[in-house]
Amino acid sequence: MAEKKVYSKLGEMLAKGEFILTGELEPEKTCDLSHTIQEAKEMAPYVVAANVTDSPLGIVTINSLAASHIIQKEANIEVIWQLTVRDVNKLGIAGMIMGGHALGLRNILSLTGDHPNMGDMPESKPVFDLDSATLCMLVREMVDKGTINGYEIESPPKFHVGAAANPNSNPMEAEALKIGRKVEAGCEFIQTQVAYDLDKTIEFLTEIKKYNVPVLLGIFPMKSYAMAKGFDTFVPGVDVPKDILAKWKSIKNDYKTDKAKQKEIYDQANYEFFKPFITELKNKDLLGGVHCMAVHYPRIFPKLIEVIKG
Amino acid sequence: MIVTTKKDFEEIEDALKSYNNIILIYCGTCSVTAQCSDEKSVNEMLEHLKNAGKNVVYHQEFKEPCDFRQDLQDWRNVPQEALDKVDAFLILSCGAGLQGMLDLFDRKNIVKPIFIGLNTHGIAETERIGRFHVKCAGCGDCLLNYTGGICPVTSCAKGLMNGPCGGQLDGKCEVGNYEKDCGWILIYERLKKIGRLDLFVQLRPAFNWADRGHQKSVVFR
Ligand code: SF4
Ligand code: SF4
Repeated sequence: MAEKKVYSKLGEMLAKGEFILTGELEPEKTCDLSHTIQEAKEMAPYVVAANVTDSPLGIVTINSLAASHIIQKEANIEVIWQLTVRDVNKLGIAGMIMGGHALGLRNILSLTGDHPNMGDMPESKPVFDLDSATLCMLVREMVDKGTINGYEIESPPKFHVGAAANPNSNPMEAEALKIGRKVEAGCEFIQTQVAYDLDKTIEFLTEIKKYNVPVLLGIFPMKSYAMAKGFDTFVPGVDVPKDILAKWKSIKNDYKTDKAKQKEIYDQANYEFFKPFITELKNKDLLGGVHCMAVHYPRIFPKLIEVIKG
Repeated sequence: MIVTTKKDFEEIEDALKSYNNIILIYCGTCSVTAQCSDEKSVNEMLEHLKNAGKNVVYHQEFKEPCDFRQDLQDWRNVPQEALDKVDAFLILSCGAGLQGMLDLFDRKNIVKPIFIGLNTHGIAETERIGRFHVKCAGCGDCLLNYTGGICPVTSCAKGLMNGPCGGQLDGKCEVGNYEKDCGWILIYERLKKIGRLDLFVQLRPAFNWADRGHQKSVVFR
C-alpha cells in the first residue's frame, strides 16, 4: 500500500497510530477573537490540534474559516476547521477549501451542521447541497486527484478530512452503517459526540472497528455543577450519569467558601471519572485518541494529558 | 394531489386593493380536496369579497385550471358581459393553476391581472381530509428505488443524500423539536424490514442540480 500522505501534525500522529488529544474552541458572535486565542494558547501545549466550530446550533458566529486561520496563526496551535454543509453550496465550499489551504489550514472536520431552524436566524435558507459524506468526497477529490468535478486545480489544496459519529445513537446500526459510508467517502478520522455510557460506547466502537478508521472519543469534562447540569439538560441525546451530577453537586456545596479548593476538587473528579473510562476503551484497542469538547476549561488539559499518556 | 391552504384574506384584499370588479375562479380538483375551493370555501370567499366592498361580477369553477385543454373548454362558459366589466381575477387554485390561466388569458387576449387566493405546499398524500403530507418535491430524479420508497428530499429536513445526520434522536428529527420522524431512520427501518440494507450502506453522490429547477418543462413530443 502506498505511504499515506501527511499534511499536518494531526495527519502525522494519526498515521503513526499515536494516541492523541484534540481540543475544541468555540468562537462566538464577535469580531474579536482575543478570548478564544487566549484559550487556544493555554490548550496548545497539550493538544495535537483544536477544532474551531462553525456556528453550532445554527447560532450565527464569526465564520469558522476566518476564525480558524486567525487562531492558528495567533495562538500557534494547529486547527481542525469545522466545515458544515449547511450554509454554502458545493461550488462555494470548493472555493472555501482552496481558500482554507491558502490560509494555512490542513485539517477539516466535515459536518452536516445544525439546521438554521434551531438557531437565531431560522428564516435563513438551509443549503445542504452536500452532506457530510459528499463533502468528504469533494475534499478527497480536490486533494488526491487535484481536480474539482474533473477540472484540474492549478495548485491543489492539501487536507486531512474527518467526520463525526454519535455513540449514543439509537438505532445504533444506522449510525454505524453511516460511518461505513463516510469512510468509503474518504473520511480519515472520526470525532465522536460526547459519551458517558461505557457499555454503549464499547458496543458502538466495536461495531465500527471494521472500518479501520481512528476514532477520537468525545468527552466533556465538567468545570462546575452548573456546567454538568446545563449539559445534561440542554444537549439533546446526552445524559450525564446521575451519580456524576450528584457528586458535582456535592462539590459545589462542600467547597462554597474555598473556590480554589473547589476547582481543584472538580478537576480531580473529572480525572477520576474519565481516566478509567478512557483507559478501558484504549486497552480494548477501540480508540485512536480523545477529543475534549469542554470549552472555557483549558486548565483541565494538564490532567487530561496524564490520562492520555498514562 | 397538490396540497394548498388558504391565504389570509388581508393579503388578498391588499392585492385587490385597486380593483373593484372581480371574477372569482376556483379549481375543481386538488384544491377542493384540500378544502380550499370547495363550496364552503367559495362562499366564504364571496362573503369576504363582499365585506371588503368588492363587486364579484362572476364566479365559476374551472375543473382543472392547471390543464390548458380543460381551461379552453371551461372558458366558454364565462359570459362576455362579465369580461366587459372585470378589473381583476382571483383564483383559488395552486400556483400551477393560476399560471395555466395566464396561458389561457394570452390566447384569449385578456389583459387583466389575476391574483392567487391560496398557498401551495407540494405534492402530497391525503391521509384524510385535513391531514395531508407533502411526499414529493418533484426533484426530477426519483431516488425511491434506493431508499425503500421513502423520499429523502421531503422526509429529511435537510434533504440529505446520505443520512441520518447527527441531529436524529431516537428516530426523531432535530428540526421541529424532535416531534417529527427522522426520514433517514424511516428509510433505514424500511430497508431493514424488506431485507435491503445493502441499499442503505450505498454512498450516494450529491444531488445533481445541473438540470434542475429553472424553467423546467417536460416535453417528449
Ligand atoms: S426523490 Fe422524492 S422529490 Fe424526488 S421525485 Fe422521488 S419522491 Fe419526488
Ligand atoms: S434528523 Fe433525520 S430527518 Fe432530520 S435532518 Fe437529520 S437526517 Fe434529516
